[in-house]
Parts: sequence; structure tokens; C-alpha cells
Amino acid sequence: MALRNPKDFWTGIIYFLFGVLAFIIARGYPMGTALKMGPGYFPTILSVLLVLIGTIALVRSFLKPGTPVGRFTVKGLLLVAVSTVLFGLLLRKAGLIIALPVLVLASAYASREFRWRQSALLAAGLTVFCALIFLKGLGVPIPLVGPWFGR
Amino acid sequence: MELLSNIGLGLSTAVTPVNLLYCLAGVFLGTLIGVLPGLGPTATIAMLLPTTFTLPPVSALIMLAGIYYGSQYGGSTTSILVNVPGEAASVVTTLDGYQMARQGRAGVALATAAIASFFAGTVATSLLALFAPPLAEVALKFGPSEYFSLMVLGLLASVVMARGSLLHAVGMVVLGLVLGLVGTDVTSGARRFVFDIPQLADGIGFVVVAMGMFGLAEIIRNLECEECRSTEVPKITTLMPTKEDWRRMVAPILRGTVLGSALGILPGSGSILGSFAAYSLEKKVSKHSAEFGKGAIEGVAAPESANNAGAQTSFIPMLTLGIPSNPVMALMIGAMIIQGIQPGPLVMTQQPALFWGIIASMWIGNLFLIILNLPLIGMWVRIVSVPYRILYPAILAFCCIGVFSLKNAEFDIYLMAIFGVLGYVFVKLDCEPAPMLLAFILGPLMEEYLRRAMLLSRGDWTVFVRRPISATLLAIGFAAVVLATLPFLYKKREEVFREDV
Repeated sequence: MALRNPKDFWTGIIYFLFGVLAFIIARGYPMGTALKMGPGYFPTILSVLLVLIGTIALVRSFLKPGTPVGRFTVKGLLLVAVSTVLFGLLLRKAGLIIALPVLVLASAYASREFRWRQSALLAAGLTVFCALIFLKGLGVPIPLVGPWFGR
Repeated sequence: MELLSNIGLGLSTAVTPVNLLYCLAGVFLGTLIGVLPGLGPTATIAMLLPTTFTLPPVSALIMLAGIYYGSQYGGSTTSILVNVPGEAASVVTTLDGYQMARQGRAGVALATAAIASFFAGTVATSLLALFAPPLAEVALKFGPSEYFSLMVLGLLASVVMARGSLLHAVGMVVLGLVLGLVGTDVTSGARRFVFDIPQLADGIGFVVVAMGMFGLAEIIRNLECEECRSTEVPKITTLMPTKEDWRRMVAPILRGTVLGSALGILPGSGSILGSFAAYSLEKKVSKHSAEFGKGAIEGVAAPESANNAGAQTSFIPMLTLGIPSNPVMALMIGAMIIQGIQPGPLVMTQQPALFWGIIASMWIGNLFLIILNLPLIGMWVRIVSVPYRILYPAILAFCCIGVFSLKNAEFDIYLMAIFGVLGYVFVKLDCEPAPMLLAFILGPLMEEYLRRAMLLSRGDWTVFVRRPISATLLAIGFAAVVLATLPFLYKKREEVFREDV
């Protein structure tokens, strides 16, 4: 048997795994009855449904032909995700003045047309803009300069 | 007449200087994000939601609504000028709009889009004013089983409306429902799927999911094909359509408005389907069908009127039933809840100034939009040429700060990153995120209504088919799914959603 529809296959895997995980966890919650549903009732129904849908997709992926999964942009995916997480890590400790330029430069690096000077200017401009609008104007509690720099 | 006095109340609410200003701000922002590809109304409204805490409810909702329908106007500008849809609903406008631009008729195409949008937006808002009150009256009779069935109908409709495989969309809905369960169960107080992470005890915020799946995932997807965007913007010479143009656009605009209004009420991506359906319809009935794809003015007029009509009528379920028909409406409901207003049929009677104020602001907003989009078109043309490499780091920065400011929690930023990656994977697998987000929002509500319905029926599951309204709603939902799987219509559905007609 050959895999005919990779998109169906991987979608099926995701649904199946999520469903099984949700089912196992939901076993730990009291079910109750249809009249008086416990916290486990609805999750159990849903997880069974999800496993079912995943199974159908998996079976179908071997029967009906489909298009292959397109190429992933690993660079874009990683840089956007990592720069976002870095921003979260730096935010309170180093302050906006470090976190935002790191976010902007790291994510901008994902572009094919990345240019250092332009992105540095963008980072500087955005930092000033966000400091004025979000920190000063809307009072979002982010330090401009964080405790790492002795404040 | 009651309707007239209601509209009068609405107008008197909407034309206060403050509300006019927020309406203008909303439609201006809407046009801006519509023009900018890669930034949609869902991500924008999600970003701005925290800033509306401090506004009065009417002003906040007027502005957020303006962003949504304003984005439908702006989306066509990018489609016509650079062959890139600024908004998902403007995909079909690229087909003939860009061809018109290449023939030196960019200005006429832009004018046609704006006129079609204005007409459709105004008419559909009138439909909203006409049909919302009787619908809200019906909704007052709804019990828990009706609400549950209505949500099932909504989710099934969003499945039918989603692009790609039906099975994938059903899976996305169930996955969304499961994710919606994360957090503390309201009835029993039990913590579910929390994994001992204290930040998850209150559940996952829907703004976090929306920004991840629509904001971040979209950025990653756009990075895939940067070269797909051309930045050469054609010159605009004349905006004025010729007499022949006017004659040819009238009927498509009327048909597009009707079709768009009808499909817009349905849950899911109603305004997107409306524009596709209107285009296919025009191609069938037009005397000039050979010109389609080569710069037919009907190919701009019909989809543009349909998507704007749909954007207005999609407010009907939200305002009358308190049920979102798409992720943007879900965010609007979120905005209402933030303001302490319980969405539902009672909004109209308990908050008439709010309800009619929003509707009246839409007429004013459409007026603003035609001014913003015709005489001031030059400004937007310049924005179209901003390169994406400058745009997306800024979008990302606003997403990060916006999501943090919701609860001042870094955890939400990490969660958003996870949903961004997940969203991108799903896009690659042809799984549309809209049904999932809708299900995510409806999940906790559905469970509550299910519990109450079963409690009232003493554990009898047949209650959903024994009560006539509930049974009808379910029947419509399942009929739609069955119809969509029939071989004949299945092919049609694929055809409607195919971008390169």
C-alpha cells in the first residue's frame, strides 16, 4: 500500500494524536451522566470524534490521491518563532529598548532582501514609536530599560 | 414608525464628534490594513482589542466594526494595482482588476470597486437594520437546545464554507472545540487540560489564538514567496468610468449585492465565498463572458459589491443572537464582553443606543470610505509600494506587545508563537484556521448550553430533534454538509474556491 495523499496523512496524524491525548487526559475527569454532565463528558465525546476523523483521514490518505505537502520555509518559521520567544524572555529583564530591536532584527533577517542598515533604522523607529504609544500613552507595564541595566 | 425612530436614535449616537472620530479612525485603519497584504482585520482587531478597554462601548464597537468593513474596501486596491489580494475576499478581484490596470484603466477599476463597495455596503446595512429586529425577537424564544443547535449549524456552515477538504475542516472544528475546553470548567470548577500550568487555569485567550493563527502564521506564509509580489505600481490617469462602463456595472453590482448579503449571514468565510460566487455568476450570465480574466469591468464590480455586502450582513448573527459568524465577529463579541455587555438578543432592547448607533455608523463609515478611497487614492497607492521586509517586523512587534498587554503575561507571547507555528503547519496541510477559531470560541458556550438542555430534558437526547426550531436548525446544518459532499456540488464547490478561474 502506498501513501497517496500526504496532506491527508499528516492531518490525520495530528488529529489522531491530539484526540488520543485528549481522551487519555479526559479519563481523569468525572464523567457524570447525560442528565448531569461531569467535566469529563464533553471532552470525551470530542476526543472520540477527533480520533475518528483522524482515522478516516489516515485511511483515506492511502486510497484517494492528493497533492504533496509544499516546501516549508524553515528559515522563516524558525526566525519568526524564535524572535517572538526571545522578545518574551527579554521583555521584563532587559526592557523594551533591547527586546524590540532584537525582535525586529531577528525576524527581519528571515527576509531574502534583508538589509542591515534599513532594518536597524526600522528597529530604532519602531522602538521610539512603541515606547511613546504603548508605554507612555497606553501605560503597558513594560520597562523601557530593564533591571539588567541596574534599575 | 419604530424603525425610523430607531434609526434616528442611531444617527444621534453615531454623529457625536467623538463617535464620528472613532468611526473615521476605524475605516481609515481598515483601509490601511486592507491595502497592506499580510495584515488582515482579524489580526488587527485582535491587536487593538486591549486598547479599547478605556473607550466607551459604542465608540469601541464603532471603531472595530469600521476596521472590518473598511478592510474590504482597501483589499481591492492592492488586488487591482499589484495583483496581490490585500484581503482574502479580494482574491477574485485580482483576475480582472489587475488586467484592467495593465490596460491603463487602473483608475477606472479602482473607481468601480469603490462605487460597487459603497452601494453594496449601504444597501446591506439597510438590510441589517430591517432584519435584525425581527430576528432578535425570534431569538428571545430560544432555549438552551435551540442555542446549541444554532451553534452546531454555525460550525457546520463554517465547514462547508471553508476551502479545501471537508474532512479537514470538520477536524479543525473539533480540534477548536477541544482547545476551547482548556481551563477551569464553569459548572464543576474542575481544571481541564491545564497541565499544572497556572497561566492556563483561565483558559487560552482567543486573541492569543487569533494573533498566532492569523498574524504570525500569515507572516511565515508570506515569507515563503516574497518574489510573488511585484512592487511596480501602475500610473493612475483617470478615475471616471465611461458611460459604457457605468452601463455595464449596474447589473453586476445589484446581483453581487444580493448574493453577497445572503452569503454574508452564513457563518464561516461568508464574504469570501460571496465574492467567488458573484464572480462565477457574472461569468455565466454576462454577455461579455469572453472578456472575463482579460479586464472585464463586471469581474471587478460583482465580487467587490458581494464582499462588502457580506461584510455588513455578517453582523446580523452577532448583533441579534450574540453568536459570531466569523473570527472578526468573535472578537467583536469579546469587545462587548470586555465592556460588560452580554451579547445576545437583549442587546437591542437593553442597549438601543449601542445597537442602532453601530448600524448608523456603518452608513457614515461607508460615506467616509468612498471619500478615503476615491479622492485620496494616491495616498494608498504609495502605501502599496512599502516593501514587505519593512512591514512584517513591524506587524510582529505590534502583535507581541498587543498580546502581552492583554494580561501583562509573557506566557501569552510564547503561546502565540506556538499557535503561529501550528497555524502555518495547518495552512500547509490545507486546513483553514477560521473554522477552528470559531469552534474555539463557541466551545465553552456549547458545552454550557448542552448541559442546560440535557438538564431541562432530564437527560433525553431527543430534545434537539423534538423541539421544532432546534430540529430545523440541525436539519439545515446537516443538509448543507450532505449537499456539499454530493459529487456534483462537490465539484462546484472546488470550482468556486479555485483561485485561478
